Amino acid sequence: MCAECGCGLGGEVTIGGKPGSQVASPLIGAAAGAGAGEAPEGAGIESGAAHDHDHDSPHDPSHPHPATPHEAPAQAVHEVAVHQAILARNDRLAERNRGYFRAKGLLALNVLSSPGSGKTTLIRKTAELLGGRLRVGVIVGDLATDNDAARLREANVPVVQITTGTVCHLEAEMVARATSQLDVDALDVLIIENVGNLVCPALYDLGEDLRVVLLSVTEGEDKPLKYPPLFHSAHVALVTKSDLSTAAGFERDRALANLRRISHHARVFEVSARTGDGMEAWCEYLAGQHRMRSPNAG
Amino acid sequence: MHEVGIIQNTLELAERSARASGATRIHRLRLRVGRMTGVVQEALEFAFEVAREGTMASEAVLEVETVPVSCWCARCGAEFVAEDWVGVCPRCGEVSGELRRGQELELASLEIS
Repeated sequence: MCAECGCGLGGEVTIGGKPGSQVASPLIGAAAGAGAGEAPEGAGIESGAAHDHDHDSPHDPSHPHPATPHEAPAQAVHEVAVHQAILARNDRLAERNRGYFRAKGLLALNVLSSPGSGKTTLIRKTAELLGGRLRVGVIVGDLATDNDAARLREANVPVVQITTGTVCHLEAEMVARATSQLDVDALDVLIIENVGNLVCPALYDLGEDLRVVLLSVTEGEDKPLKYPPLFHSAHVALVTKSDLSTAAGFERDRALANLRRISHHARVFEVSARTGDGMEAWCEYLAGQHRMRSPNAG
Repeated sequence: MHEVGIIQNTLELAERSARASGATRIHRLRLRVGRMTGVVQEALEFAFEVAREGTMASEAVLEVETVPVSCWCARCGAEFVAEDWVGVCPRCGEVSGELRRGQELELASLEIS
């Protein structure tokens, strides 16, 4: 269906190997199945059943009405204003996630980049370096395979794999369900590794505290200019694989200038997960962000 | 690209709104899409052609209003359109990180009967 990445062709979301709709979460209403169509809460217009009290209205609800719309006189074509956000349901679920993460004292990161920028390696190294200070759990999103989760599990990081089938981004509902598979009370930081893609995930809030975008030195200095929506939304930009900078002919100044032009609000770190260069500053920053959000932490 | 999912959400929202107004047909959907969303109009239209089948909007027209990216310049006290996404004020050259418009993704109105 979508020539770019195949998104929307069907295929099933799985969470930790199980069909996503069967993974219950306290963050998703019991009645809500996987069906995206239900949107039971908050939409405001579909409620109205079982409502029998009186309002200050001269209109007596007990008088006879035409029973169905078919019997009603046909309406003329007319315009109605709607003005509703199309992704309102995702936004609502994301806010619910955010509230839950706050209540649990979790610092939640949404990590985004193109495929192969080093998300998994960076997350693994980050979890190792924070070990002893902060406990890290990970939710990993991919179109298919459990490989990224397996790499993290090797490093003893609690991890849940979401496979999205053909969906090119994670959505708040998937994260809500996946969260139920982690022992969140035993965690301080939740790192959500999004599907490798610099376009689609930009629109989908997951309830994260910080949006972290990676730019590896092998990708070219102008990535931020090519994908402005995602880079613009970043709270943190990480220049990764800095150990390959010379080999790749990476023009550091130009890349940083491009980042500053698009990612106005982002804190920039240059790191190499392989050599550990710059990783200490990044981890210090995360520890500070976690402290800021949970007054009880040391 | 995620246009298929966006259209599905749009149709759900549209059908709910139309039903709430007692309508049985949707004739036209007007969307407002900010350029910053990265949503591609052609992809939206293509997705709509397929997804509208079997809905109240099966013969409806999709109308997309593209909203340009605009930023606020604190020095000039005015908005400017950021054509190339980069928030440099064309009047004074100040860099602005304050996005005012361009992130819209909304169902603005419907024509129903």
